[in-house]
Amino acid sequence: MSDNEKPKLKLAVYWGAACGGCCVSVLDVHEKLFNVVAAADLVFWPIALDIKYKDVEAMPDGHIDVTLFNGAIRNSENEHMAHLLRKKTKVLVAYGSCAHMGGIPGLANFTTKEELFRRVYDESESTVNPDKIRPQTSFTVPEGVLHIPEFYNDVRALDQVVDVDYYLPGCPPQTERLVDVFMAIVTGAELPPKGSVVGAYDKSQCDECERKKTDNKKIKAFKRPWEIQDDGETCFLEQGVICMGPATRGGCGVRCIKGNAPCRGCYGPPADVTDPGAKMMSAIATMIDSDDEDEIVEIVNQVADPAGTFYRFSLPGSILRRKIVQTV
Amino acid sequence: MEFEPTIVAFLCNWCSYTGADLAGTSRMKYASNIRVIRVMCSGRVEPTFVLKAFREGADGVLICGCHPGDCHYHEGNYKCLRRYHLLQNYIEQMGMDKRRLHLDWISASEGKQFAELVDKMTQTIKELGPCQVKHSVETLT
Repeated sequence: MSDNEKPKLKLAVYWGAACGGCCVSVLDVHEKLFNVVAAADLVFWPIALDIKYKDVEAMPDGHIDVTLFNGAIRNSENEHMAHLLRKKTKVLVAYGSCAHMGGIPGLANFTTKEELFRRVYDESESTVNPDKIRPQTSFTVPEGVLHIPEFYNDVRALDQVVDVDYYLPGCPPQTERLVDVFMAIVTGAELPPKGSVVGAYDKSQCDECERKKTDNKKIKAFKRPWEIQDDGETCFLEQGVICMGPATRGGCGVRCIKGNAPCRGCYGPPADVTDPGAKMMSAIATMIDSDDEDEIVEIVNQVADPAGTFYRFSLPGSILRRKIVQTV
Repeated sequence: MEFEPTIVAFLCNWCSYTGADLAGTSRMKYASNIRVIRVMCSGRVEPTFVLKAFREGADGVLICGCHPGDCHYHEGNYKCLRRYHLLQNYIEQMGMDKRRLHLDWISASEGKQFAELVDKMTQTIKELGPCQVKHSVETLT
């Protein structure tokens, strides 16, 4: 280290309820990893480094400069680590769709803990469990008592549990955007106001999408992607395929659409939109090409799974947050 | 004590709000369960408004606009009609009874029809009981 007067940034990456893709997206910086390592010390990163929770607990408060927290809050371990990392970190970033709005694990909010456990521990075809044993949070063995995290009924986004400084959306976030944000922090560039979405644009996907579109989109029938012969250049919506572009923040480089697949909405809603699914329903309804109520119902019913389609990455972060379970 | 529902009603400025006003000036009696919000057009009622009303504790949401063909902005009420059916499918998937959201057309002269509509909807929501959305969000575990 030549410039030993400048202390290195302390960086942590942690996963809650996540698939691991976000951590891999950090590794996808490839040779830029050298720039990252030159500017930052990775002090905690379970997927890559053998640093224990107790080591994090031993750090002084505010010791870590930046934590990229990916994954939703699904169990008591996720929640504990969210609180712990909040305490130890100066800038906590909700990294990726799951930490941002709940992501794919958030789709579990369509069901309940009981339904999930019944399926997994009783009913699934590969399960043999005649004694109906379910996971316990503590278990006594000769050596002492073992503790296992408690599985929660509801999935939550990171900011529904702790205070979050920035959001870096995406499933996973595009690595180039991460490098931009990281370099901004390293070079001491002025950071956006707290609570901002970084590494993405304010406008929607459609703004940077190169497909041909007309001002007045008309949809007579909704189709699944396999039902159309995509010409590779016309707007998906105009071909009748649901594309979440109008209700999704740009910044990913329209990766899916460039790969001839409609947008699924992983970057979350554009600026000033709170509920991406509601925005999408609003946009789609405008495009339906009918004024006749019976025909409208027929067209609308072609959307097989509105809740799952419009809230694929955002159910816990949406207004209703979960499916209502009758309690009385 | 009998359950008294809260119903948020979005009424369009040109027809339905005037219709509701007529019911009032004609001194018609109808259920006092509705909380009227005037909007310029039923097409202005974004799905977000409806969901937010439920989230804040509404037991039902009523949207009223001009009759088809009569919209002050030509096609706002058609847009509302399409959103309404899409939203009904959505809230049903979210475990709610779709009758909690109702759309109807009320012209400026239909004060009586408005009063009857409110009575009828209040009755429906009373039978359905309190909406669980607010409780559900408050008791996430």
